[in-house]
This record gives sequence, C-alpha cells and structure tokens, in this order.
Amino acid sequence: MPQSADSVSIFFVGNETAPSTKLIAKFCVNGSEHELAVRPYDVLLDVLRENLSLTATKRGCDMGTCGCCTVLLDGEARLSCLTLALDAVGKSITTLEGIREGAVLDELQRCWYETGASQCGFCSPGFILSSKALLDRKPEATLDEIKEAISGNICRCTGYAKILEAIQIAQKQKLDRNICK
Amino acid sequence: MEKKTLIGKRTPLIDGPAKAAGTAIYVDDIRMPNMLVGKILRSPHAHARVVSIDTSAAEALAGVHAIVVGKEAQNHFGVLPTSKDETAMAVDKVRFIGQEVAAIAADDEEIALIAMRLIKVEYEILPAYIEPQDALKKVAADEKIHAYTKYDNNLHKQVDQHFGDVPAAQKAATFTETGSYRMAGLHHAFTEPHAVLADFTPTPDGKGKLTVWSATQVPHYLHRALAEVMQMEMHRIRVIKPAVGGGFGGKSDPFPHEMCCALLARKAGRPVKILLDREEVYFVGRGRHPTFMTMTLHADAKQKFLGYDLDVVIDGGAFGSFGVVTTYYNGVLAQGPYRMPSYRFTCKRAYTNKPPSGAMRGHGSVNTRFALETLIDRMAEKMGEDPFDLRFKNLLPANTLTASQFRITSNGIKECLDRVRDRSGWKDKFRLLGPGRGIGLGCGFYISGSASPIHFTPKNLPQSTVHLKIDMDGGITIHTGASEIGQGSDTMAAQVVAEVLGVDMARCRVVAVDTDLSPIDLGSYSSRVTFMNGNAAIRAAEQIAGQLRAAAAKLTGVPAHYWVLTDEKLVCTSQSDLSIPFMDALHAALADTGALIAKGSYQSPPLGGTYKGANAGNAPSYSYGAFVAQVAVDAETGVVTVEKVWAAHDCGKVLNPIAVEGQVEGSIHMGLGQALMEDLHYHKGALLNANLLDVRTLSVRQMPEVECILVESNDPEGPFGAKECGEGALAPVLPAVANAIYDAVGVRLSELPMTPDRVLAAIEEKIKSSTAVSAQKVAR
Repeated sequence: MPQSADSVSIFFVGNETAPSTKLIAKFCVNGSEHELAVRPYDVLLDVLRENLSLTATKRGCDMGTCGCCTVLLDGEARLSCLTLALDAVGKSITTLEGIREGAVLDELQRCWYETGASQCGFCSPGFILSSKALLDRKPEATLDEIKEAISGNICRCTGYAKILEAIQIAQKQKLDRNICK
Repeated sequence: MEKKTLIGKRTPLIDGPAKAAGTAIYVDDIRMPNMLVGKILRSPHAHARVVSIDTSAAEALAGVHAIVVGKEAQNHFGVLPTSKDETAMAVDKVRFIGQEVAAIAADDEEIALIAMRLIKVEYEILPAYIEPQDALKKVAADEKIHAYTKYDNNLHKQVDQHFGDVPAAQKAATFTETGSYRMAGLHHAFTEPHAVLADFTPTPDGKGKLTVWSATQVPHYLHRALAEVMQMEMHRIRVIKPAVGGGFGGKSDPFPHEMCCALLARKAGRPVKILLDREEVYFVGRGRHPTFMTMTLHADAKQKFLGYDLDVVIDGGAFGSFGVVTTYYNGVLAQGPYRMPSYRFTCKRAYTNKPPSGAMRGHGSVNTRFALETLIDRMAEKMGEDPFDLRFKNLLPANTLTASQFRITSNGIKECLDRVRDRSGWKDKFRLLGPGRGIGLGCGFYISGSASPIHFTPKNLPQSTVHLKIDMDGGITIHTGASEIGQGSDTMAAQVVAEVLGVDMARCRVVAVDTDLSPIDLGSYSSRVTFMNGNAAIRAAEQIAGQLRAAAAKLTGVPAHYWVLTDEKLVCTSQSDLSIPFMDALHAALADTGALIAKGSYQSPPLGGTYKGANAGNAPSYSYGAFVAQVAVDAETGVVTVEKVWAAHDCGKVLNPIAVEGQVEGSIHMGLGQALMEDLHYHKGALLNANLLDVRTLSVRQMPEVECILVESNDPEGPFGAKECGEGALAPVLPAVANAIYDAVGVRLSELPMTPDRVLAAIEEKIKSSTAVSAQKVAR
C-alpha cells in the first residue's frame, strides 16, 4: 500500500542500493489535479518537468541562483528547484503553461516577444512568472518594485532593458484592460 | 517605383512567441521513449595518471545499462585541427579537476549517481601547474601536461609578430605610455546548462545511425568530431540543434560530454540524455583566458600613434580549444580603429591544470582593448588633449589596409565618436563632474566573421549555404545551418529572404540545423552569421526572384527585368497599372516543374597577407564602436556604480533595430560584469566559485541605462550593408568604465575585475603617495 504524504518521515539519500521510498501525493497544477508518486526529497522542479512534462519551467542551476525555474505557488513566485514537491501539496501551482487561455497569450507573454525581451528565451518563463506575481498582487507597481521582483532572475542575453520595457508595457495594457472592464 | 522594405524595421524575433509561451524546445525538454539518464564521473585531481578503472561493481548494479571509459574511444578531437588534444574521457591521465573519467547510463539519475560511487579509479598524482608562469618553467618530459608540446615546458602556442618599423617608432616617440595588466578568467554564464541527447539506431547494413541533439553553437564541428571519435562516416551521423539557451562562445566547441553521450547510446542501444549541472558547466569551461599583459603605446610630437608593443601570457587551461586563435587575436585585433603604422607582440598560451579556456564574446580582443584604451586615456592626459580629440587625430580611414594587411572597408568610427560625444554631453562633463563622479571613453574594433574557415577540407567548401523551397502553398522554407542561439539568426534569414521576394515574413519558415536537412554553415561564432549566412540567403532568394520574374514575363510578355517584387506582388515598372499577385506568379513558375528550389552560398573573398598566421583576424569587414560610461565611485567603500552608458556601434546597416539593440545592450551587460565583478577562483586547481551566486553577474538592479546609438556605415559586401553587432559591442565598455573611474577618483586600475577592494586599495595608495591637489579631490 502506498503511504500517504503526511505519514512518511524516513527516507534514504546516499549510497543505499535500494531505491528510495515513493509516496503518493496530489498536486494541483494549472488547475488540474495530478496524483503522483514522488520521493520525499524530490523537488517541485523535477515533478513538473519529469513527472508532468511541463517543460516550460527551466532547470538552470538547481540551487536557487538563476530564477529560471520560477513558478507560482498560490500566486507567489517561488523557486521550484528549492521547493520540496511535498511542500507544494495543497497549494495551487501555476507554471508558464498555465497563464494563457488556450492559444491566447497573456499580455506579459505577448509584450515579451514584441519588445525583444526573449533572446535565447531560457530565462523568459521565470521572468514572466516573477513579474506576473508582482503585477497580479500590485497592478500599479513602480519601476523600482518591478526591478525588485525580478532581481532574483538572471538574464545573460538582454542586459534587462527590453525585459523592463516588456513588463512596463504589459502592466499598462493590463491596467487599461481592467479599466475597460 | 518605391519598394516596400522590411530592412531596418523593428521586427520581433520569429521564435519569440514560442519562447514567451514556454513551448520552445531545448535539449533537456526532449523525452525519448526508453530513454536513459547519463552521468559523468569526473576527476578529483588536477593532474594525475589513471592507473586503473574498475567498473565491475557499478556494472553489476541493477538499472545500470552501459558504462564507458576513456580507453574505449581514444581518437582525439578539438575545435581547431591544429590542436586536437581532447578525448571523450581521460585515457591515460587526467588534466584538471572535473575532467571526464567515465560515463554511466542508467534507468534514472539516482541509480546513475549510486553507480558512480561504485566505480574505483586508481590515480598516481602528478605535479599540477595552476598558474601559467609556473607552467612555462622547465619541467620533466613525463610531467608535462601534454607530451606532444614542442619544448620542455607547458607552452601550447607562442606567436611573435611584428609589422612596420617598431624600433624606429620607439625611437621617434615623443609620448610613450606603458602599463602592466592582469585580467581574471571568467565564464559565459549562459542560463541553459549544456545538455545532449543521443540515439543510436540499427541500419540494414549493421553499421547503425547516430542522432545527437545538442545545445551547441557549432553543429557542423560537432558533426565532424563525432565522426572521428565514434569512427563513423559523417553521413551516418545526424546532429540536431534545438533551441539553445545562450552560448556566447561557451557552446562553440565539440565537447567531451557530447562524445560520452554518443558512446553510451551506442553501447546501451537506447537513447541517453546527459544534462550537466551548474558546476559541470564550469568544468566544460571555454571562458575568457586569464591574462597577463604589458603594453606600450608610442606617439610622435604631432600626437600621431606610431605603434604598440605587447607581451601577453594567457592561461589556456588543460586543452587547446580555440586557444591558438586567442593567442593571435590578443595581438592583432588592436590594429583598429586607429592607424597603427607598426606593432609588435608576443603572446604565449600556457597549458595549465584547470578547465580549458576558449572563446568568449569578443574573443581575444577584450583584454588588449582594455589595455590600449586606458593607455590612450593616460596619453591624452599627458598631452593635455581631450580623449576624443586624440582619437580623432588617429582614426583609420575607410578603404585602407592596416599594418598587417587587414582590409578595411566600411568604417563608421568617426560618426560613432561624434554622436557619442554629443549624446553623452561629454564637453560639459569630462573632468567637470566633481569628486566621486566621472566619465570615460573607450572604442572598439571587431571582426565581422573570420575570413578563413577552421577546416580547409573539402577544398573551397562555402562558409555558409542556404537552401530555399517554395511549393504551391506559397510558404517559403528556408533550410539553413546557421545556429540560432538567441541572437536572432532565424529571424535574420527570414527577413532578408522576405525582403528579396517582396513578401510578408510570415510566409517564411526556418528549418535550421538538422544536418540531415540543412546545408552546412560553420556555426555561430566570430560574429559571422548575419554577414555570411545573410549573404547566402539573399543569393538563394535572388534566384527564386529570377524564376518569378521569368514567370511574370511569360504570363504578360513584358520582359523579366521590368518586374519588381514588393508587397506580395510583382509590379511592372514599364506599365504603371500592371502587377501580378505573388501567388499567381508562383503558380505560373512552378507549372510543369514543381516546387521552386534554389541555393545560395557565401565564401569570403581571398584576403590578407601570405606570412605565417596571416589568416588570424582577417575578416570581410569590421565593426567599430565608441562608448562613454558615466560612473559614481564611493571613495569610502570602493564601490563603482555605473550610472549610464552611451554606446555608439557601427554595424553597417541595421537590419532589425530590436535585434541590434538587444545585442549591444547584452554585450554591455557582459562587459560590465567582466569590468566590475566576474572572475573564477581556484585553490590548488579546484574551482571554488562554480555557481551563479559566487560568480556574480549584474542583476537588473546593477545594470545601468544604456543608450544605443546605431551608426550605419553600410558595408559594400554586407547583406543589405549589414555587419556584426554581437561581439564588438562588448570590449569598449570596460576601458570606458576604467577611464571614468579615473575621472571620478583619479586612480588607474590595472586588474580586472575592478572590484571594490581593488578600487579602495588604489584610492588608499593614491592618497598615500599623491600630490595635495588630487588627494583633496578624493578626500572631499
């Protein structure tokens, strides 16, 4: 019988030759429920990429230094490489795949390519979600707050100029849209 | 009639939507059925003989499907045919901490990691050479890092060149400035770690076919290297380059991990994927060489430069990589943008027991540029001349030859200087900003593609070829071998083809780099792609345009040369109301023949002298730049804040401002990182800061505003006049910052990066020894 998520406290990491114990947990990702077998030390990044093939979330460093693996947990930006998968149980997980409606991209995504904020594109998912977390929480965030929100994300291509431009244009479009509503 | 043009229009990159949506596929995003995970066992020693490797316990572990070791693939490879010194894994000895020793393919990562610990390797430790100066001392033959090197030390390559009359210049000089510099090594720090996936499938003749997906800038060189290491014919190997998460030169070699993956896939008979972790990325290395240099600049009484004299030692790490080229570039790429009637340089590249150095954005030019531009600043001050005015007196003109016979064609340096002086408000700021704030100037000069290919076999293989195909659906398939790595080469190809054919860019679909489908392109390095691949694409499109014009002529009886392709139509220039829709002309053209196909290629014209080493630095064109940086220096902490950079860059013709600005802004980000914070620290050969936190790059908070000033010199041989913008825009910002620091606090830094502790030490030194006047400026 698989054990439930809250009942397991012992696991092996190291040179044991037996595979580690897996347990079954429910994850809510982009509005869908997934029942998955995970090891206690699996990080959310692995579960998203390897178990669910949600590959928009990128693995850049595996140690919380680059921001490429940023996802939203209950709307807040989190580094999925430093988040134990089991800690995400019971929370609403949003990846880049989950912020558009069908084929219609989010304003941030559209502004991203229109301004040239993606070059190699590897950091884009993390940046877009970091900025989305901010703009959802604080639609009228200042430039300084935008910089603060993305200061944990590294881009090596753009020098950040076009990223800031994209976020600010998207911010304005989102505000205008909300006013129209 | 006016032709509607796409050239110069702000054009979002065509792969942008997929990247913003998260649907762009990078190597690690690919999942093959039955796929195994590959892991690499690496050396814990900087220099040691491999006495034995026992893999039996690891092989016995359930879930392990293949293990390979160095002895199984002993053929050498390397990006340059002149220094093929790498093997898939260490064969008889290891040469740096982190070198590949064995590779494992297992059901999952956990099993692979357990198996890794079960491999027993016996080493016999050898003396390690960590600093190049030590590596260049006399060593016993059996203790050399590479046995093949010529001398009884670890010298990999030495270049001695002189042009013009250097002793006479020295004698005639009224002004002479000399400086000794030390520049740290650094890494490209692209966000996507190296990743490779290999699959080996049987063929009826029993020899099999290998497919390799890799994050690479040079699929063609990888293709060649795989053939040698795997001992397979090239046509049995297919290399595919999916989206690549940045390269900057760090993915421009064929790599050992790529060979390991191919070997594992063949042995296991199953697909194998290897994703490197961030520390391993630094073991792959190929960053900018740690550099020691002394440079002297001479000028006469009329303030004309007479030439430079340069001695350089570069730290190559354990393997050759692009190092032979780097050795030349350190000396020859300082020949512009100024008239240098003479120069002499010696550059020595030493093998050391560290991860290999290689090519990084601005390859070989950046450190010498720092020395030269700071020496010019010093000289200008001695002369009592404004740094702009001294440079204006010494500019290379257009259409000339340099001392070593580089062919200079388009040259926008004067306009760069004029415009950046104006935009930056230089005249009101230089020496006037008050204590702690300063402004500085640096210029740049870089190749727009290397005129010589790396391989000369087969003879006269074009450097770039593009195939086009248009069928009745009206979509234009562009088959190109140019490696899109984020710089926008796919977009560039689509843009120039659509321009020639006068159609909407949305018709173009770019099929890039799958060696089964794409014609050969040498790769994304040396700032060659827009110039070479762009020209190839234009030539292919012009042939299609010719076929469409002929069809229009056949339909109407108006001769072919009267038709202009624009705005999705063929418009007749001899009859004002006559035009044919693109699709009608297309359908007429493919009647009875089927899809229109064409190929275009680019080969650099023969250039340069006939002396040994004449190829190094020869380019069909060169880019120019003049940057001004404004800084604030906190004299109490030594912290340098860059407030703004004005960057005037001559890229020929701006094909796409979005892309060009992106390249310039990104180059400045990387240049400022090298200027202020990025370096690699070793302890006895062990890399101490192999991560993105301890090798810091500028965050969004530290990145200053950049004003791009794009200067268009319209190169006569560039595609629509374009030339490079992706590398040449890096180097000028380093000396601009150093010169601005001098303007701010009166100190000259001779070490890179210019970290707060170094700035502070220089300020303290200055206070101790300086005159009352400048001490006052600092203390105030």
